Order: sequence, then structure tokens, then C-alpha cells
Amino acid sequence: MSEALLIQGGRIIDPSRDLDVPGDVLVENGRISAIDAPGKIPASRAARLLDARGAWVLPGLLDIHVHLREPGLEYKETIETGTRAAVAGGFTSVACMANTQPVNDTPYVTAFIREKAKAVAPCRVFPVGAVTKGLKGEELAEIGGMVAEGAKAISDDGMPVMNSYLMRKAMDYAKAFGVPIISHAEDACLVGQGVMNEGPLSNELGLRGNPAAAEEILVAREIALCRLTRCPVHIAHISTALALEHLRRAKEEGLPVTAEASPHHLTLTEECIRHYDTHYKMAPPLRGERDVEALRDALASGLVDLIATDHAPHGEIDKRVEFDQAANGIIGLQTAVPVTLELVHQGVLSARRWVESLTSAPARLLGLPYGTLQPGREADITVLDPEQSWIFSEDRVVSKSRNSPYLGARLRGRIKATVVAGKIVYE
Amino acid sequence: MMRKLQHLVAAADLDAAQIGYLLGVARTFSPYVQRGETIPLLQGKTVVNLFFENSTRTRTSFEVATRRLGGATTNFAASTSSVQKGETLVDTARNIVAMGPHCIVVRHASAGSPSILARALTIPVVNAGDGFHEHPTQALLDAYTIQETLKSVEGKRIVIFGDIAHSRVARSNIHILKKLGASIAVCGPPTLLPPKPDALGVDHAYRLEELLPDADVVMALRVQLERQNRMQIPSANEYARFWGLDREKAKLLKKDAIILHPGPINRGVELDTEVADGPRSVILHQVFNGVLVRMAVLAAVCNPEGLAEWLDRGGHRV
Repeated sequence: MSEALLIQGGRIIDPSRDLDVPGDVLVENGRISAIDAPGKIPASRAARLLDARGAWVLPGLLDIHVHLREPGLEYKETIETGTRAAVAGGFTSVACMANTQPVNDTPYVTAFIREKAKAVAPCRVFPVGAVTKGLKGEELAEIGGMVAEGAKAISDDGMPVMNSYLMRKAMDYAKAFGVPIISHAEDACLVGQGVMNEGPLSNELGLRGNPAAAEEILVAREIALCRLTRCPVHIAHISTALALEHLRRAKEEGLPVTAEASPHHLTLTEECIRHYDTHYKMAPPLRGERDVEALRDALASGLVDLIATDHAPHGEIDKRVEFDQAANGIIGLQTAVPVTLELVHQGVLSARRWVESLTSAPARLLGLPYGTLQPGREADITVLDPEQSWIFSEDRVVSKSRNSPYLGARLRGRIKATVVAGKIVYE
Repeated sequence: MMRKLQHLVAAADLDAAQIGYLLGVARTFSPYVQRGETIPLLQGKTVVNLFFENSTRTRTSFEVATRRLGGATTNFAASTSSVQKGETLVDTARNIVAMGPHCIVVRHASAGSPSILARALTIPVVNAGDGFHEHPTQALLDAYTIQETLKSVEGKRIVIFGDIAHSRVARSNIHILKKLGASIAVCGPPTLLPPKPDALGVDHAYRLEELLPDADVVMALRVQLERQNRMQIPSANEYARFWGLDREKAKLLKKDAIILHPGPINRGVELDTEVADGPRSVILHQVFNGVLVRMAVLAAVCNPEGLAEWLDRGGHRV
């Protein structure tokens, strides 16, 4: 049983309860027990006080798209290091993708991740099961068994299911277990050998292009299959203006389609690739200015539901190689908050919308009782100083991998404390 | 006046009066068959079993039914004959009809084949299963078995589970049991349910546990677990766990609920052995009743006058 905790004097922003007020939050027995005006809750009720003056007090943040790499790829990340990076970045829950070795395509791997997380992780971990066995896109994985062991969604993230018949069947099948399908929507055949956004710049740099159409085709397909099956479909890291247009029409139609934006797609463009720095190599690739603008607008309007990092740790051996040989992706758990908070500072997003996209929106997608400061609920809380600057230096990297384009950058917005189930797990 | 039964192509074509008549005839035949007696309503007639798809039990059941009525049967396994030489379905059938039989019993992997033949031929056609479409005599024998065990079909809750989308048995049963006043729910992985189950006039659920407590009749269907089906079912293990009627799930059933299966059973998959062989199981009654309803159908389409006369005389020997 954790000791009682009083978080004093912060700005409480909880979009799930339409709350944006100065106040104190009392945590007892691991649960939110009271929220009141500043000074109203006697300090004597808590064994532990946390000074949140000048800070934001938020429902614990959720990141529904991370790669923890365990089992099998522990040289990149482990459940322990990845979740320590998560709480350092203000996240109290993460959902981890299935592309481990072995792939999380059976109930046994799901149970392993759950049990390992229970033993070593400072935050909550929700496994995402594979759609197909071995992520091969040939046969359905044991989705029912994985859900019974705690999987909250299914995805062949990184290996899009190219067979539309199979994807349709997967959506049908998932309905029996009430989990959404998360789609990494890129037509793998059209991507081909492409390593960056196709356009004048890829031509200039002599790198093979991956056209926006590859994403747009699969987003359109997932929407068509969603219309057919009515299975909830979530588009991971949506990145092109036209894909957003498909999404807008699908939502207007009332289809259960949602989408996430990654911090890098919201803030970086393909121009970053000029020097062939592999820290800017992602899938989908960084796009042009107009796509980034459209993505920011879509996040602000709620068309894009949430922010997810696609935290993708890779070792030196994977990233310090030729651009076209390098692995896709970057770590993101520790930088997501400051990088996306910059959109609030710039006036692109309201604070409320920003918090929603990291709390209640992802919680709703996975059907989790978190992302809220509702009294009585388990106390997952993130305390953030939105103004404090800090440098993301090598020694501050908690993740086992260092593949970040933000390494050495000055960032604004710093996590003061992360609380999971009433316990301070990062300070 | 009951509509004349010229062919039996689809359960969808039967009205409640026709279904009631056929089941009544089957019931009248029952004591004779149990005593091993012949009812010579097909004396001097020949029934051709034209099977374009492998089948042992259905074909045998039709053969036995024909012989119990004093008729002769000829089997025509189309997969090993003229079809391989490129002959069309209708030409094959017309050639057979030219030999002078009195009825054709047809099974075909392509939905609608019996309907095509019924329009093209001058003799009665009985459907012994066409693709995913219909298997009307199976549904008649299931209805007969339910009536026999539970007195009536009317008002009963019937749960059909398994591969509904690709099941001619499910489709025919839905038609017949609904017309007899049952309420029906289908269950299975959504990959094996038709896209709009409601359009069939039935309820549906993805989890068997939701439906079992209210069921009077549970009808298990065979599932295809071959590798080529792994886009619809991940494994036999997962199927059995969520959609197999095992001892645990069977505990949810009412005391008098009965279990049917059209066979052949995948033991340990859709039905556990102790459930398949337990006291609720009426599976072997279904097989016996299959002979009775096929006799009723053959007599009704091949010799309606003789049958009416025989019934008028109280079912005594002709």
C-alpha cells in the first residue's frame, strides 16, 4: 500500500472531466481520493507532499505505440529499460507492438510480456498481439487467446497485412474479442525499396522514393474494410494530407476509424534528410511541409485522435550504417512531451486538446480505465513543468538505445513527476 | 389443398404445410422401417444418385431409403466420368434421363445446380446438397429429430454454431425450423458467419456462452480446419477453446437441451467426445431419421398418388 500523496498548487487539466483549474490532488491507497481548490485539502492528510506550483497536473499519459523489443531483441531495449524511459517521459501506460522475437502471436508470448512487465516495469504495459502468425500476412494469429492474456489491440505494425482478404477476415475475427486493429498503413509493394518520401528531394539526394500514395492506398483500403466489417480500425502514424482526407470522410460517415500522429511527423520534414542522417529515417517517411501542416491541423481539430510515439529503439549496428541500409524509426518516449508541447506553445493546439490526445483519447481506443483523474480511479498522474528547458543529453537517455534526432537538443517542457497507481515512479 | 411437391430443390421453397406433410409421412413410415419391412411405393422405379461431390453417408441414406420403398438405385459418380470429358451438367443429366429413371438425386459443389437440373429435366430432382446453398433433406431430418425428442419445434430456441457462412445445413435448417415456429440464433467466429446474419432472420452472437443457457437445441456444424482455412481460424486449439462445445460450456445448457450434429464430427474441436456421446446427444437418431425423411421425400415426388392412397388406407400394406 502506497503512502498518501498530496499534489499541491498545480494547474489540473483533465479533458475527460472537462477540468482545467488550479487545485490540489489527493491520492490515497493508490487511488485519486479528492480534487479540490488550492489549500482546501489539509496537508496533514498526506504523508508525502509534491509541490506542483507552476506545473500542470495531468492524468497519466498513455502511449499506445511503442516497441519494447523484449523478448528477443534485448540489445535494442528491454521491457525494463523501455518502461523506465516511459515514466521518465511522463507516460504511465504503454502498449507494446508485437514485432519481438518470437513475435507476440501466441497467448504464451503475451503472457510472458505481461508477467515480465509486472515484475520489472514501473508503468503499465499492454501488449498488442500480432494479426498474423509471425507477422507473415499468411494466417491469422491466435487473437482470442492473446486477448484472454491481456492483449488490448492487434497489429502487424511494421509489416502491413497486404492480403486484403486476410485483413478483412482479421477485422471480422477481432470483432469477437472486442479489440481494435492497428494498421501500419503502407502498401509494401508500392513502397518497394523506397527509403524516404518520394519527390524532388529524393530525386536530388539519389535515394529511392516511397510515395505518399503507398500510405494513401492502404488507409483507403482499411477504411473500405472497416465499412465492410465495422471492426474498429486505428491508423498508426498517419502522415499525408490525402490520407487525412480519407480519414475525414470516413469519420463523417460514422465509421469506427481513428488515427494517431507521431511527434516526428508533426514536427519534422523530409528536409532533415539532406545530410543522410539515419536518425531521420522512418516508416512512413518524413513528409513535406504541406503534409506536416495538414497533420497539425488534423490533430488540433480532433480529426487525428491522439499522439503516439512509435518509440523504436535500435542499436548502433542498426542505425550507424548507410542510409538505405539503416533501420526505420527513432526512440520517442522521453522527447514526446516537449516536442509536441511545442505545438501548444506555438498556438497550434490548445493545452486541453494536447492533454486529451495523450490521455483520454488513447485510453478510450484501448478500452482502458485510465487517462482520467476521476476520483476513485487508480491514481496515474503526470506532473509537468511546461516552461522548463533542458537538454536531452546522452547521459539523460534512459532507453537502452540512443537513436534520436533530438539528442543534444534543448527542449521545453519537463516531467517533474510520474505517478503510477499512487506511487511516484519518476521524479 | 397442399401445393404439389414436384422436386425438392430447396428448403426455402417448402411451405409449412409441405414440411408438416413430409414429417408426418416420415413418422408413419417409422414403425415399418423399425420392423425391417418394405413399403413398396417405389416398386419398379429407379432412382439415380447423381453425385458430383464425394459423399458416403448421404448417398447411402438415399440408397437405403429407395430400397425400403422397393425401388432400385444406381449411383453415378460424376467426378470420375463424363464431366472429366468436358460434358456439361445438363447434358450429363439428360443422358441419364434418357435411360428412363424416375428420379434424380443430385449433389454438387456448385450452388444452384439442382435448380438448373429441375428446370431442364422432365423427372423429379431431389437436392442432396449444393455448395453452400442448401441440403433440404438434412434439415428435414433435423426437424424430425427435434420433433421426436422435444415433441415440437414450435417455440423452441435453436442455436446453430460453427461455420454458418459455408454451411448448406445451416441455411436449410434456418428455412425449415423458422417455418415450424422456432427461434434461431447462429454462433461462430465472425469470419465464419454470413456478413449480415440478421438478413437470414436469425439472431447471432460471437460467443457460445451467451446463447447456451436459453437453448433447447444445439446444432454443431463441422468446421474445416485444413491449412487453407487459416485465414479464418487461427488453429484448432483456439477454435475449440472459444467455439467448441466442451464439458464446461455444456454445463450452461438447460437440463433437457439436446445436441445435434450432421456429421462427420471433429471430436475435440466442435464437440468434445463426452458431449458427442453423452445423454443429450441425438446424433445417431438423426442418422436413422434421415432414412425416414428421404423415404418420405422420394415417395412424395415419385409416386404422390400411391403415397396418398397408402396413407388413406391407414398406412397398411399395398
